[in-house]
Amino acid sequence: MSLEISHLSFAYGRRTRLVLDDVSFSVKEGDLLAVLGPNGVGKSTMFRCILGFLRNYRGNIRLNGLDIKTLDHKEIAKHVAYIPQSTHPVFNYTVLDVVLMGLTNQVRLLGTPNRSHIDEAYAAMENLGIAHLRDAGYGEISGGERQLALIARALVQKAKILIMDEPTANLDYGNQFRVMCRISDLARDGYIIILSTHNPDHAFLYANRTLMIYGGRVIAEGTPEDVLDAGLIKDVYGVDVHIEDYEYGSRRHKLCIPIDGGVGKHE
Amino acid sequence: MADAELTGSSLTAPAGAPSETRLQTAGAASTPSVSDRDLPDYRLRFILLILAAVSCVIASFAVGRFSLDVSDAVLILLSPAFYFGVSLDIPVLNDILYILLSPLISVAETWDDAMYSVVFNIRLPRILAALLVGAALSTAGAAYQGMFQNPLVSPDILGASAGAGFGAALAIYCYLGTGAITLFAFAGGLVAVGTAYAVSRLTRGNPTLGMVLAGILVASLFSASTSYIKLVADTNDQLPAITYWLMGSLAGATMEDVYFAGVVIVIGLIPLYLFRWRMNVLTLGEDEAKSMGINTHLLRLIVILCATLVTAVAVSISGIIGWVGLVIPHFCRMIFGYDYRRIIPAAIVMGGGFLLLVDNFARTIATTEVPLGILTAFVGAPIFAYLLMMGGKRS
Repeated sequence: MSLEISHLSFAYGRRTRLVLDDVSFSVKEGDLLAVLGPNGVGKSTMFRCILGFLRNYRGNIRLNGLDIKTLDHKEIAKHVAYIPQSTHPVFNYTVLDVVLMGLTNQVRLLGTPNRSHIDEAYAAMENLGIAHLRDAGYGEISGGERQLALIARALVQKAKILIMDEPTANLDYGNQFRVMCRISDLARDGYIIILSTHNPDHAFLYANRTLMIYGGRVIAEGTPEDVLDAGLIKDVYGVDVHIEDYEYGSRRHKLCIPIDGGVGKHE
Repeated sequence: MADAELTGSSLTAPAGAPSETRLQTAGAASTPSVSDRDLPDYRLRFILLILAAVSCVIASFAVGRFSLDVSDAVLILLSPAFYFGVSLDIPVLNDILYILLSPLISVAETWDDAMYSVVFNIRLPRILAALLVGAALSTAGAAYQGMFQNPLVSPDILGASAGAGFGAALAIYCYLGTGAITLFAFAGGLVAVGTAYAVSRLTRGNPTLGMVLAGILVASLFSASTSYIKLVADTNDQLPAITYWLMGSLAGATMEDVYFAGVVIVIGLIPLYLFRWRMNVLTLGEDEAKSMGINTHLLRLIVILCATLVTAVAVSISGIIGWVGLVIPHFCRMIFGYDYRRIIPAAIVMGGGFLLLVDNFARTIATTEVPLGILTAFVGAPIFAYLLMMGGKRS
């Protein structure tokens, strides 16, 4: 399983401004790639290219060596699953029904999910700790639970590459933590995960690789520890930060602390 | 279910404990497993719905100016089947028929030709037409609401009704017969939606938004054309005919209408029924549906094609009947949940039953027939308001 992106460039319509400008990177099994960058730098556009929603890009996206322009949505869906930001749904399906939709490729064209499909969806929900919500309305559960339901839906799709658009957006502190822990478990199980985030600490805590995109270009790539330093974050986000090493038990991590021009808290 | 939980928890929770504690106890006690689901008994609800619809059909034969007992109506309806069975002259079948229908034979001569004619030539086509039109409009409405991810959409969103109205007005203006009016209306509906679809394919950006806007555009063009025909039409006979047609009525429904609409509606509803689960996925929107491997262009085209076909043919035999296609899908969701696996069959049965019920009022409420399009609003709006208020309390 591999995904290689080389010299990817994209512009909307006939506009000359490139949203993506010569982006290249590749991911392999077990990678958790955190894509960072300010709002509007092309993270979502890049995801839409990789998922095959946008096809008029320049450059190459290869899935297991095959150009994705030659694959239809059904083929791409076998390998790549999309986990969008959890929004409030228009139709309030039960959580189990939402998870079942991930089985679209496996349910017969004119059929409906059968017993074994339902068991499969239920097992994925148990795996993510949301089995008790099976009959709850998807619109009535919390944002964190919705995000987990979307992850369960991606798991039953049996794609090994999971693309997540800001999985922790709009989640409270505890849910951010719980969702990210599940996601790093999945990377450990061999999934390839590409997610966008605005929090450098998420990259430090969970990702083994990071990609900083700015103005449509990749301006830094590598392990979070090597790449994310105070200078880069100042350049990209315009915030002064201090990167602190800390140890807790056997764990060593880096931590990003904004220093707010050195003024500190108002006394 | 709720009662059982309450008694169970009041045993474990101390008397006088705050209600929050009780709720938590009840929640924690249930251990999840996929086989015991906490959903309403949809099967029972569906059986009740079918029973209600069937009894409405039977009762409808007895409703109307010409008074007729329900039992007579049923006997009259069964008589051709009985005579046909007898005429086949298969010994075993004959025995069965005589045993089963012996009460019928003993009362076999309680009706006269007038009653027979009322049942077969007037009420049967009208009842079948009501069932077909109601089923078609509400299923098309449900399908469009899902496809456009918008519960406020009705089946004429792409201009089907406006096009059909124009076709009918044109046929009336040209003094064509009733058969031609139906055909012109049907063709008008298809042309309108075809134009809207073609225009939407030329737009850029979000495909569903482009389609809604193209539908509005085409519908307003066709309504303007209808208005122009009304302006130049003969005010003695043509204008009232056009106006009355546009208000919607099943008064003139014939068996020919029923055969024509029946074939088209069945052909259109079968794909909608077969793709009912995939329509769930389509309601997630373009990108998400694609990411799960759905060919969104093809599925959208199938939904539009089928929904347009059934809407256009329904409007062509009934005139413009609003409200049913908008509201029945909501009733269905309130009773059967949001899953299209249940919504589609429920919309077929409930839509047919509802329109038949309203048509019975249209026939009997006043000395002159009340146009159906007016009544669907008068009957549907209060029920809808009530359901919205009840739904609001529950959540």
